[in-house]
Amino acid sequence: MTNGCGGHKYPNPLPDWKKVFVSREEFLKMLSLVLGGVIGAVATIPGVAFMLNYLFVPKKIEWVNVGPIEKFKEHETVEVGFHDPNTLPWDGVSGHRSAWLRRLPDDKFTAFATNCTHLGCPVRWESKADLFLCPCHGGVYYSNGDVAAGPPPQPLHQYPVRIVDGDVQLKVTPVLIES
Amino acid sequence: MMELLKKLGAWLEERTGLYEPIMHMLTHLVPPGSKWYYVFGTAIMTSFIIQVITGIALSTLYVPSAGQAYMTVQYITHEAPFGNLLRAIHYFGASAMILFVGCHAIRTYVMGAFKYPRELNWLTGVALLFLTVAMGFTGQVLRWDQNSVWTIAVGAEQALRAPFIGPYAAQILLSGTSVGSATLSHFFACHVFIFPAILILAIVLHVYLVLHHGISEPPVVGELVDPKTYKTKYEAMLKKEGKPFWPDAAWRDIVFSTLVVIGVVICAVAFGPPQVDRPPDPSLVNAQPKPDWYLLWYFALLALLPHAAEDWVILGFPIFIVLGMLSAPFISNKGERSPKRRPWAMAIVIFVITFVGALTVAGVTEPWTPNFEAKALTPEIIGAKSGPIFDGAQTFDTKGCLFCHTISGHGGQRGPDLTDVGKRLTHEQLTIRIVNGGYNMPAYAGNISAKELADLTTFLESRK
Repeated sequence: MTNGCGGHKYPNPLPDWKKVFVSREEFLKMLSLVLGGVIGAVATIPGVAFMLNYLFVPKKIEWVNVGPIEKFKEHETVEVGFHDPNTLPWDGVSGHRSAWLRRLPDDKFTAFATNCTHLGCPVRWESKADLFLCPCHGGVYYSNGDVAAGPPPQPLHQYPVRIVDGDVQLKVTPVLIES
Repeated sequence: MMELLKKLGAWLEERTGLYEPIMHMLTHLVPPGSKWYYVFGTAIMTSFIIQVITGIALSTLYVPSAGQAYMTVQYITHEAPFGNLLRAIHYFGASAMILFVGCHAIRTYVMGAFKYPRELNWLTGVALLFLTVAMGFTGQVLRWDQNSVWTIAVGAEQALRAPFIGPYAAQILLSGTSVGSATLSHFFACHVFIFPAILILAIVLHVYLVLHHGISEPPVVGELVDPKTYKTKYEAMLKKEGKPFWPDAAWRDIVFSTLVVIGVVICAVAFGPPQVDRPPDPSLVNAQPKPDWYLLWYFALLALLPHAAEDWVILGFPIFIVLGMLSAPFISNKGERSPKRRPWAMAIVIFVITFVGALTVAGVTEPWTPNFEAKALTPEIIGAKSGPIFDGAQTFDTKGCLFCHTISGHGGQRGPDLTDVGKRLTHEQLTIRIVNGGYNMPAYAGNISAKELADLTTFLESRK
């Protein structure tokens, strides 16, 4: 395999930049290299830009309805489902999301993202124990979202909540890309 | 007839000139000692070919749409003729590929084959190792079940920990702000176009380098690699005692690859494809994402770390592994190749194998996971049908203690076994522990009434 071409002495494939406008050969080397670069750029840049298009799309942050206020009882935490406003029409069930909604006195609500702040696994509300538990690495949170035990570094992420015409609404912020 | 074929062959050779370089490649001389340790490379190649064929076949039914992929995987698995077998072969082929990439890396490291002049053989090999794992991971995501969507969430959460670029890294992993169609389509493009293209280029380069430098001879104690003399010595050795690869060495590769193929098919028939989990609906919160077997050790590592070290490990460990592997031929590219004279290198190999093996076992058993299916304590275990001990046992159950603590075989493994806690701790110590919690235990001060606490401690004291 070695020395397949019998130790030929090759000319330098790269142009001698000092002579590109003097020597025909050096100019042709430069021309071909530059045009090759142009072809490469034209072929790849639009494709790569397209593949990263989501970095340029403005993020939709919308309020979503999760039900009438009277559906929720004070001091109870329940799962509420909604559709992510940032999904595409062919997303199917993978566009579904849920949150843990807790009703506090005086018509106040807190809504927690289901993602554990440790590594994003879905936390479960254990109502009798009054705790959120994460199945992945055993993170535990109190009912107010504060870390009770285990590896989570931060309290559960909260969605802003408002009440409009008797309906509870959550502001769906992109939890997975916000630290 | 033979005459005619010979004529056809000669005609083709005159027009293509391919026979000559192919035979040159096939019969290149290999060192006489390159025996059964040298078969892993072709085993990887064979498993890769299986992957390409089964992968192309699977792509003829699979639809990479977030709303439909799950359905198509179900269809392939349960209804399409041969679909179940094909998925299983693709899974065990991937497993074989990862397994033998590991063996190949260990073999070449142990025998010092990464030293001069084969540094780039090693570097392209490292690239191939990571590409293989990337293929495995993206392939797992394409199942597009509950496990997939949460696995991506876990990946994004790890990417997010990177300083400054965290949110961008997470967006690139998700191909957007959350798990959805774009995520799946990007993973699909990576798994079937981008990574395989890079993989094939890297294989071509790797095999070219193997042929260019020749297969490394088995190491001999005291025979040092000296960049000044190595090549001359190697060439002379080949000339004197080298054997043509085909057929003197190739037969072992073929025999081993045959065993690999048979093994993959037997596993595929016996165990079937990996189970498809529940639908990819992120609003179903009763999910417990877990990677496939070859990444379980890393999953376990993240569970067992001291919490304070986490950020450092999540960010630093992958970089450390990559840089560590890439630096091997630069740290020592000459001198001894024999494992008998490289105690540090052997210590590293033994440590890595033990570390990954032990963590994999931990990843399978997951003792840190709360046991959500823990069976309630029976009256026999409790030893009472009413009164404070009985009430305390009920509290133990309802407050979730049983998720993490075992009593007489019922419960989880995360916390200490409390079967005979009454022997170890006093009433006061128990109370303090329950009220204040600890490292992995919540403080129950705000979650428990005075009576419940009293009953619970009475119950625990009775565990002797």
